[in-house]
Amino acid sequence: MNVPFYEKLWMWASAVLIVAFLTTIVAGLTGSALQPPSHVETIDPTKVWNDPRFTTRGATTDGQRTTVVNVAMMFAFEPAEIRVPAGQPVTFRLTSTDVTHGFQIVGTNANTMVVPGYISQFTTVFPLPGEYLIVCNEYCGLGHHVMAGKLIVEEARP
Amino acid sequence: MKRLSLAHFWVAIVAFGAASAMAFMQALSRASLDLPWRSAKLYYLSVTAHGVLMALVFTTFFIMAFGYVVAERTLGRPVAGPRLAWAGFWIAVAGTAAAAWAIFTGKATVLYTFYPPLKAHPAFYIGLTLLIVGSWLWGAVMLWSYRAWRRDQRDAPAPLAMHGMIATVIVWYIATAGVAAEALLQLIPWSLGLTATIDPLLSRMLFWYFGHPLVYFWLLPAYVIWYTLLPVAAGGKLFSDPLARLVFVLFILLSTPVGFHHQFMDPGVSAGWKLLHTLLTFAILFPSFVTAFSVTASMEVAGRMRGATGLFDWLGKLPWREPLFSSIALSMILFAAGGLGGAINASFGMNAVVHNTAWIQGHFHLTVGSAVALTFMGAAYWLVPRLSGRELELGLLARVQPYLWFIGMLLFSVSNHITGILGMPRRVFDASYEGSPAAVQWQGLTELSALGGVFLFASAAFFMLVMIGTGLAGKRREPEPIAWAEPLHPAPLRRTVFDRYGLWTAVAVVLVIIAYGYPLWHHLRMARFGSPGFSPF
Repeated sequence: MNVPFYEKLWMWASAVLIVAFLTTIVAGLTGSALQPPSHVETIDPTKVWNDPRFTTRGATTDGQRTTVVNVAMMFAFEPAEIRVPAGQPVTFRLTSTDVTHGFQIVGTNANTMVVPGYISQFTTVFPLPGEYLIVCNEYCGLGHHVMAGKLIVEEARP
Repeated sequence: MKRLSLAHFWVAIVAFGAASAMAFMQALSRASLDLPWRSAKLYYLSVTAHGVLMALVFTTFFIMAFGYVVAERTLGRPVAGPRLAWAGFWIAVAGTAAAAWAIFTGKATVLYTFYPPLKAHPAFYIGLTLLIVGSWLWGAVMLWSYRAWRRDQRDAPAPLAMHGMIATVIVWYIATAGVAAEALLQLIPWSLGLTATIDPLLSRMLFWYFGHPLVYFWLLPAYVIWYTLLPVAAGGKLFSDPLARLVFVLFILLSTPVGFHHQFMDPGVSAGWKLLHTLLTFAILFPSFVTAFSVTASMEVAGRMRGATGLFDWLGKLPWREPLFSSIALSMILFAAGGLGGAINASFGMNAVVHNTAWIQGHFHLTVGSAVALTFMGAAYWLVPRLSGRELELGLLARVQPYLWFIGMLLFSVSNHITGILGMPRRVFDASYEGSPAAVQWQGLTELSALGGVFLFASAAFFMLVMIGTGLAGKRREPEPIAWAEPLHPAPLRRTVFDRYGLWTAVAVVLVIIAYGYPLWHHLRMARFGSPGFSPF
């Protein structure tokens, strides 16, 4: 196949660009463990309220790490207000009692789908204290746009 | 047989008109205007109707119409199996009617992604399945026509446009296996009450197995138009024939094993498989980069054949008043931005910043909403007169329309990209969140996006007026023939490795098995719990 010189140049440049993109992804993955929430754990969506993994909801801490347990349902998060310390790893564990929802903390990179029958889990750190809006970002029915919550990141106590 | 193509074109155009009206309602709703009919119920209904009619009905019927034009005109013979083709048309029309009935009566407000356990009326799922069955018959007619031609042309490669459409059909057959499995094994029995529960994550896997190659099903015919009609409209030649063939073969290989990049934020799919799909997703940027070069180079060839001599003056020599040319040129500018945005979406960890935000609708209105839809509209101006034997009516509107679309899409898309980065979720009726400070900063931009929607609606209305005017009142005359681009260097006279469709299909299937085989097997072995259905209202 006879490929003209400039086209060859362009194709090599494209290949280099693609490799550069992929390098940044792998660098983020190996350097700062930047990977999407991909936890694999199942749960019976009709029995969430009695499941011991979801009976204690809200934030609990052992001094080093905070765990937040939250349930998404049409059209609210339970609990709707979450308090976590700044600068510490926070692990979120979520599931849904009905349809698929989204859980996104606006202004941060905390974002996950909440699929009934599955438990979503991810860990992140909130460096800046303040009040953050939590929204459902997957269409879940008539009240999708009012499904929201609040995250309060508090100055870590010494 | 022009009736066959025209019948498909008209269904596509009617679907486009209805979908545009739905979009206009959403645009006004987005501006938070206090209109009497503004309600959450109507908003979500109109999002569903807009998505289904644009993304599934308009595109599919247009592509079927264009496929028949290509098969008949490039192979120089009537399509094989015309009765099968008509059967496919009527099955697809019946399916569309059933789905549209369910949507417009409010029984299927589940959006065009129809994620269970949101449950729609069975007519919605059965209707969309029939639409796909109709398109399968179309694919069979396309391949049958090619085989019939091959019996007389032992050594010749397929004409380039037909090569692109064969690739489209192969991608479509591989892709629709996923959504067919979702519909037949999960959605239809569940919506009919034959099964009590459904596994929502399995549905998502099957949906996105189909959902990403779906975008190449839309895009490849647009590329066929760029490679084979644009050089003619621009008054030039195709820069390179073999590179175009390479591009279509790469799409056969890489279109499907990439679907997990839509599920980065999903639980239940492990990160390693998501990473594999990321690598393949970036590989599929390559054929689009090659296309960007080849098509731009073809434009330069045209400019120089029209007398340009300087470094950039060929741009000014191009026929910017010819709607097929301007549609494609403008759609390519928008697509360049959309493609690079897509690379951001596909970036694994970085996806968390944009996933399910307004960024996403900003993104895909540049790709399917511009590269594909604008190209199809330009092609309709070019093809409908040549098929129907009627002159294009209201030519001035046709000349203005692509520019209006371009302005509208810039306003809509840029503002949605920014609100997305600022965290505004997509598909919300109202983004005020009780006056939360985060939501306040989205406000001016959502109004800008609504203004873009008004421009887009005006553009769509111009398109509809031109099409209806041409169909009803265009002056009858002997239709011009449809010319296909000549390559700058003579095209190969003998079949090459790019014509080995069976081989490429086999390699594509192997890649699909590698990318999906183990994750699906592992998923099915896991202890899972089904969900009952829920009504969205």
